[in-house]
Amino acid sequence: MTTTTRSPHSGIPPQQPSAARSAGAVLLENMRGHMRQYGMLTALLLIVVLFQIWTDGTLLLPNNVSNLIQQNGYILILAMGMMIVIIAGHIDLSVGSLVAFVGAMAAVMMVKGGMPWGLALALSLLIGAVAGAWQGFFIAYVGIPSFIVTLAGMLLFRGLTQIVLEGRSLSPFPGGFQNLAKGFIPEMGPYTQYHNPTLVIGLVALALLLLREHRDRKRQLAYELEVLPTGLWVGKCVAIAAAVIAFTLTLASFHGVPVVMLVMGALLIGLGYVMRNAVVGRHVYALGGNKAAAKLSGVKDQRVTFLVFVNMGVLAALAGCVYAARLNAGTPQAGLNFELEAIAASFIGGASMSGGVGTVMGAVIGGLVLGVLNNGMSLVGIGTDYQQVIKGLVLLAAVGFDVWNKRKAGR
Amino acid sequence: MSAAEAGPVLEMRNITKTFPGVTALSDVNLTVRPGEIHAVCGENGAGKSTLMKVLSGVHPHGGYDGEIRLFGEPVAFKDIRASEARGIVIIHQELALVPFLSIAENIFLGNEQRTGARGVVDWNATLQRATRLLRRVGLRENPQTAVADIGVGKQQLVEIAKALSKEVKLLILDEPTAALNDEDSASLLQLILELRDQGIASIVISHKLGEIRSIADTVTILRDGRTIETLTVREDPARPAELSEDRIIRGMVGRDLDHRFPDRTPYEGDHATALEIEGWTVRHPVDHQRKVVDDASLTVRRGEIVGIAGLMGAGRTELAMSVFGRSYGLYEAGTLRIAGRQVRAKTVPAAIEAGLAYVTEDRKRYGLNLIDTINRNISLASLPAMVRRGVVDEHHERSVAERYRNSMNIKAPTVHEQTGRLSGGNQQKVVLSKWIHADPDVLILDEPTRGIDVGAKYEIYTVIDALAAQGKAVLFISSELPELLGMCDRIYTMAEGRLTAEIARADAGQEVLMRHMTRRQPAAGARNRD
Repeated sequence: MTTTTRSPHSGIPPQQPSAARSAGAVLLENMRGHMRQYGMLTALLLIVVLFQIWTDGTLLLPNNVSNLIQQNGYILILAMGMMIVIIAGHIDLSVGSLVAFVGAMAAVMMVKGGMPWGLALALSLLIGAVAGAWQGFFIAYVGIPSFIVTLAGMLLFRGLTQIVLEGRSLSPFPGGFQNLAKGFIPEMGPYTQYHNPTLVIGLVALALLLLREHRDRKRQLAYELEVLPTGLWVGKCVAIAAAVIAFTLTLASFHGVPVVMLVMGALLIGLGYVMRNAVVGRHVYALGGNKAAAKLSGVKDQRVTFLVFVNMGVLAALAGCVYAARLNAGTPQAGLNFELEAIAASFIGGASMSGGVGTVMGAVIGGLVLGVLNNGMSLVGIGTDYQQVIKGLVLLAAVGFDVWNKRKAGR
Repeated sequence: MSAAEAGPVLEMRNITKTFPGVTALSDVNLTVRPGEIHAVCGENGAGKSTLMKVLSGVHPHGGYDGEIRLFGEPVAFKDIRASEARGIVIIHQELALVPFLSIAENIFLGNEQRTGARGVVDWNATLQRATRLLRRVGLRENPQTAVADIGVGKQQLVEIAKALSKEVKLLILDEPTAALNDEDSASLLQLILELRDQGIASIVISHKLGEIRSIADTVTILRDGRTIETLTVREDPARPAELSEDRIIRGMVGRDLDHRFPDRTPYEGDHATALEIEGWTVRHPVDHQRKVVDDASLTVRRGEIVGIAGLMGAGRTELAMSVFGRSYGLYEAGTLRIAGRQVRAKTVPAAIEAGLAYVTEDRKRYGLNLIDTINRNISLASLPAMVRRGVVDEHHERSVAERYRNSMNIKAPTVHEQTGRLSGGNQQKVVLSKWIHADPDVLILDEPTRGIDVGAKYEIYTVIDALAAQGKAVLFISSELPELLGMCDRIYTMAEGRLTAEIARADAGQEVLMRHMTRRQPAAGARNRD
């Protein structure tokens, strides 16, 4: 599709002027690099449309969208951390147990100890960090495979949960803590039929997104790099705007932005940015892609691996608090199989078993695919037995598609 | 078994294979006569591997145009099993052996010797036949030894034994000696000759022109996916080659290479010493009794290219890696000075900080993240320098990569191409770009041109030359003596962990070097001569 010709015998290809490349070629190239993600985004949209029709429009009703976000918040938080662990070439089987343990500790601190919820939340996150550091130490510095260390952690934290709870559930939590999972941003300003702060947040998000697009393009031009042709770029911006506006209006016509969504949004932006732009994020990709080469390029492999697990611990603790807040109790059986959901979300969202590949956004997309499936199937009355079967097949199909796609590209 | 009475073993006629957007092969012809060793050579990307994949059924029939005839009969292989069933066996550069299985198990992998009952392995037959095959390839090892416990050279022989077990009629060897030392190479080549005398024709893909001249009867040269010419290396298998290396090179690159090395102004004057290693001693990481590097001392000045010549296992890589942040073995003694300052770099980041760079001999395993893009590979060693307000400036990173893509002539559509998709030469250029951008004072290049075609080699030499001209100190490790002689100002020889001699450019020759490389004890005064 390139329009320049080159003689087969010249060793040095002529410089290709960027203008000579057709729009299609640039778009295709852009997409090829993110095939899995675009594929999954398309799949997510298809699933949404399918259930939207199937449920006669119930799926995208404002209250169900809110519900969907609150139902899946903790899994998405776990999936983001898990994605980073998998990119680094590891796995974490302990997060489900850690969710339970941190929820239990939070319950002990608040229900038994009467601690203010803010302090308890901060301490819970600290517990998560310590648990992550514990596992990270054995993985990074002692050199025990992560599968084994976290398998041990899975047993260890589950057992500790039962010990601190003495086998019983503890409740109730203070209202402020419950808001973490169930709350919304408070309404402000005059009555407008819509939730005002949500409209403002939506507008700010839209402005920031468009500003970033604009700035990226300007810098790319300044560095004389290839960019999307103007027409396509404008189309992309319009599509972004339409999606953000539609989503904002949906939320704003119910109770507004859920608190947990704000938390997730911050994590998505923050972690996505770190993984993409910070040195440590790049080092995670390099380690997962080729550990030996990364070490010989000066990557401090042990420290990076350690940090990845500390991060996972903190995120698991956060998910534990959100989950406990949603149940309004610390229970010994909390978080059962959460690690598997998070791992499935990561692989659906583009992670590779051997590491080095994936994005935080991918984990969120993968988690949403599972979440929408759960929610939609429940709405149309499919039993949990069939739900499991279907989710299993979706995971298989998603990864199968990727394998097939890669093999095709390799030929 | 004369060539005249029987028709050709293999005829590939007008083979054309296209991939989306690229024509990999166009109208390629290849004819292999009975009992001949047929070399196929060409630059990387010339289409050698694709041609062999078409032949062996990796690219199945229907995916290409043209005709393949085996013993005069048209064949259409749908996969690699189909071609093996007809006696075509391909041995890849990266050996396909399972390390923890025994030699015998590997030989009969996928072709297990069974007892009468289906699916039950007959161990007696397996071991007996394996022993017989090992004798035939001249490998004296117990067939029950695990493959991981024998050297690469012997593993190569196991591969050939495996091929023989399949009643091979046409053996294809892809760069068979790339990972072997001289001694193992020689015995492998001898074996290929013996197999030829037993009537097994071979196709050998090789970059080593000397090797082609010593064993091949015919050579077919590919360039840009086309057959350029088929030349007779010798009329009579018993006679020495009549074809010159320069003639082969001319066919491969399509131009006369008067100079295989850039004209470089020899190092002159007395610049400051950039790298100084003194009394460096390293022990083997597992076998602590063994000194892999023993009391090595050397110096490299600014703007100087200094070679280290040595056979495999002499300790060259071990010395380099140990100096580079102690990445190999157990450091025992020795001092390292860079630009006169003593450096105690115990980690790779510290070594990079001190101004060292090490370009590994195994770019796929230790040099590149093959699943990541060109730009991210180039930036990896200098990411902290690309940080703007706490984060990596991606635009800057991309423009840096673009700059190297142009200046190093890395052949790739964009800098977002995965490095795993590039040819060996281009991969090496990416690794070099990474280290050049890290702006070190001293570059240690370990076999920088291994497995790279002639044209790309020249480009890499030019880059090395330019680095020296900028005042960098270059330590150049290589197994190819002509390359050292063509590029270096001084050459150290290494044998069994010791530096055995230091030879100036004017006094160096292949024979002199080889003599010191095979010598056991260093001569008095050979070390620290300056």
